[in-house]
Amino acid sequence: MDIHEYQAKQLLSEYGVKIAEGGLAYSPEDAVQRAREIGGDVWVVKAQIHSGARGKAGGIKICRSDDEVRQAAEDLLGKRLVTHQTGPAGKVCLRLYVEAGTDIARELYFSLLVDREHERIVMVGSAEGGMEIEELAENRPEAIKKIHIEPAVGLRDFQARKMAFALGIEPKQISHAVKTIKGCYRAMRDLDANMLEINPLVITGSGELIALDAKMGFDDNALFRQQKISELRDKTQEDPREMAAADRGLSYVGLDGDIGCMINGAGLAMATMDMIKLAGGEPANFLDVGGGASPERTEKAFRMVLQDENVKSMLVNIFAGINRCDWIAEGVVQAVKKLNMQIPLVVRLSGTNVEEGRKIIADSGLPIITADTLAEAAEKAVQARNEVVAKQG
Amino acid sequence: MAILIDENTRIIVQGFTGKIGTFHAQDMIDYGSNVVGGVTPGKGGQKHLGKPVFNTVKEAVEQVGAEASIIFVPPAFAADSIMEAADAGIKYCVAITDGIPTQDMMTVKNFLRRFSEDERMMLTGPNCAGTISPGKSMLGIMPGHIYKPGNVGIVGRSGTLGYEAADQMKALNIGISTSVGIGGDPINGSSHRDILEKFEQDPDTKVVVMIGEIGGPQEVEAGIFFKENMTKPLVAYIAGLTAPKGRRMGHAGAIISSSGESAAEKVERLTELGVTIAPTPSAMGETVAKVLAKLG
Repeated sequence: MDIHEYQAKQLLSEYGVKIAEGGLAYSPEDAVQRAREIGGDVWVVKAQIHSGARGKAGGIKICRSDDEVRQAAEDLLGKRLVTHQTGPAGKVCLRLYVEAGTDIARELYFSLLVDREHERIVMVGSAEGGMEIEELAENRPEAIKKIHIEPAVGLRDFQARKMAFALGIEPKQISHAVKTIKGCYRAMRDLDANMLEINPLVITGSGELIALDAKMGFDDNALFRQQKISELRDKTQEDPREMAAADRGLSYVGLDGDIGCMINGAGLAMATMDMIKLAGGEPANFLDVGGGASPERTEKAFRMVLQDENVKSMLVNIFAGINRCDWIAEGVVQAVKKLNMQIPLVVRLSGTNVEEGRKIIADSGLPIITADTLAEAAEKAVQARNEVVAKQG
Repeated sequence: MAILIDENTRIIVQGFTGKIGTFHAQDMIDYGSNVVGGVTPGKGGQKHLGKPVFNTVKEAVEQVGAEASIIFVPPAFAADSIMEAADAGIKYCVAITDGIPTQDMMTVKNFLRRFSEDERMMLTGPNCAGTISPGKSMLGIMPGHIYKPGNVGIVGRSGTLGYEAADQMKALNIGISTSVGIGGDPINGSSHRDILEKFEQDPDTKVVVMIGEIGGPQEVEAGIFFKENMTKPLVAYIAGLTAPKGRRMGHAGAIISSSGESAAEKVERLTELGVTIAPTPSAMGETVAKVLAKLG
């Protein structure tokens, strides 16, 4: 789960990380009010969306008067911002963070994340912060410092110092930098974050160290023990179909194709989508119904898939382990009847009680196309899709 | 022979008396697995499914000689149960539980590393279908009947895709020595590489099939191990060749991932390392058949 910049900053400031003075705004009037409260003569109006690279997408505006603040807020609120991290649909901006302008002397990069290879948290930093950090990682990896943290011992002062010196921080600022770095690590551990990024971490003209941006992502599996974090969820930033699926215990990802899919198991789902593409089709979605595909779940899954108006044919591929094929077949037949399904359906069942399952489909009298193998199922689904498209002209 | 478990392996079930634990324990007993009891704290001394229930894993090890355990404990408590098993002297543990927090798994892995290598418990999972040595023992939740006994080893992250592979092989009359699910979580007990090492040592395994997915460094690591250390052929399929690039926030993930994590990049690396690639998921069985035919 991701949260907004202003939420991450609030959390981090409780852990001793310095941030610029700022406030949240939902309207242009709010924004002007926040700027007046902050005082000074330069403000930054920042779109709050769950994505980085907002600057390039026009989501960050520097303002020097009330009018400019109002104008920036009017421009940003309700706007859909597209970055390379949001996907083509972009994310809608409904909240703004108004911050005091910062006098930037240097921009640094700092992050903490779970390193799957080493199975521990890694701290990553670079003296060259800012937006081009991914390019820097590729072209000059030596400019990036990585330090792994032993989980039982935690982040030690010497490691924080090593990072601070690698970031080129002045000796008189080292102790403050250590406090900032250790605060970030404690936040990561205490709150079950899996990613924390400060880009840029800036050194101001007066030598202060400030988190100018902040991103945090959290482990969904740990939200049960992170009540405070769960409450920060902003549903406007998530795909409504994916959320509806999650509420029903299904895992759904909408895609651009037109062959709907319902499969059990993420690996088999990816493999089936591979087969659809190899057969010349494009999947409309990824949908994992999970282990217990009861008739109720099957019906919910069908509803999810058919909600997408692009879907021209649908493929069901279930490998029944704990589930029995006859049970799944009954669920499929019920769903087709109940939803009065009009588009072609290809069903491939394997595993426990496969013969009984196939018999139920055959005896249903419904025009369900069956397949024995994965390849056959994908080919038939693509063929059915092509026939629908041909008929529609 | 097989790896990790056989008909003699003495198995206990952690989370034995719960609904899920009960269902799968019965299924394992019916398959012929040597289940010698189970653990549910507070229910020690009772009988369940005709087997003794213990309060602690240690008691099960002392009283019925438990060697292997399978975990059906809910996510919030599962990491603790894994560490209890390791502490009690269990040799091999399968964690079925889905949804264990990542930081809990980091703690588990760190805890396991404290044991000397010969005393360290082997862990597979979490979030996996378990391990089966067909005809001998099942320590998992898979449909046992789709696995024919034989001499191909399977290691994979995904449950149902592993079933698909076993099923394709059965249709071609190819049997399995052992099939191991390592699970889909970011941090898991054993990697593909760890299981390949076991298969390489097993005289009854002639060919190994690795079923991988997009994301993470494990498939390429296994490929490097294969090139440097294995005498047996390795067949691999990587799911997600057509998956769209994941959406993510921030740059941190892109900076840390050193090697390519897309399916296409993995396939390219594995091919360079001499691994035989099954080009499509429906070609897993036939690719293995060809490799077996070459061995004669």
